[in-house]
Amino acid sequence: MMRQDFALWVYLTQGPLLWLTVTLAAYAVADGLSLRAGRHPVANPVLISVALVGGVLVASGTEYATYFAGAQFVHFLLGPATVALALPLWEHRAVVRRSAVPMLAALVAGSVVAAVSALGVVWAFGAPEGVLVAIAPKSVTAGVAMSITEAQGGDPALTAVLVILTGMIGALVVTPLMDALGIRDYRARGFAVGLASHGIGTARAFQVDPVAGTFAGIAIGLNAVMTAVIVPVVLGWWM
Amino acid sequence: MIGSLAVILGCQLLGEVVARGLGLPVPGPVLGMAAMVGVLWLRDRFRPPVLAGVEPAGRFLLAHLSLLFVPAGVGVVGNLDVLAAEWLALSVALVVSTVLTLVVSVVTFRVVARMVGE
Repeated sequence: MMRQDFALWVYLTQGPLLWLTVTLAAYAVADGLSLRAGRHPVANPVLISVALVGGVLVASGTEYATYFAGAQFVHFLLGPATVALALPLWEHRAVVRRSAVPMLAALVAGSVVAAVSALGVVWAFGAPEGVLVAIAPKSVTAGVAMSITEAQGGDPALTAVLVILTGMIGALVVTPLMDALGIRDYRARGFAVGLASHGIGTARAFQVDPVAGTFAGIAIGLNAVMTAVIVPVVLGWWM
Repeated sequence: MIGSLAVILGCQLLGEVVARGLGLPVPGPVLGMAAMVGVLWLRDRFRPPVLAGVEPAGRFLLAHLSLLFVPAGVGVVGNLDVLAAEWLALSVALVVSTVLTLVVSVVTFRVVARMVGE
């Protein structure tokens, strides 16, 4: 016969309840810390939550697949949240329409730099071709980035990791970087972080300013299309 | 709340159907965002009572956008070994490229905004 406590553990790991609860609890703690830190960029709620959940998984010897069976309900909401970006977009549509020309210019310049600069660095380190392919679309939202990599014959799993890390780096550096540059235009700041660091950068932008969040959301969509067009061209020319 | 969630899911569904049906490089939810803009236009234009409460679910999701990246983020921690062979090149590339992209995008935006006479 199974021991009682072990039977309970087996029961809990088979349903989504345990890991859904852990995910929400970790975020509640992380968001509280971030709020108490006055939304300081280093107290990033994604980063803190990931560290907390990661710690629990390691300590309990839990596989990621088991964890994801519960966490998938949260993950699923990324799609609806993307649709919801229409709300601030509609609310601020007058500013958005007025900013069309600077946005498109920043889109072209930023999109090319995002792909070429990443390629340039890994190429300078002498990395193999597969790594070049996997890093090229790292600034766009994970689903699109992975399908670009796959179409170019690269490893989508590596791309997924690079995309998430790019999001976290952007969310951490954007505020101090923009302050250092003396940029006070929240349209420009938001657009830049959405373009460079997709949704994780956009989450940061919404913490700072609603207009920044709006422009970051627009940049996610535009850069997904732009990168899908640019990356095959740049890779073809590079290799 | 439930009604507004149904509208959002409906927009996403429409976006997925169009994106996959036509083989577009745009993610379904991004097309869903465009559909949602259409819904908001309808709401403000014709003010049908059925669309009066279309915002709460979306506002709630956007207020907790960070939470939604936690499952994927945890996946990264478990898969950091894919970086192993090239970790130095990849770390340098991610930091340099992200900072450079931020700077080039924001500067281009500001310069062009000034050129078109803001």
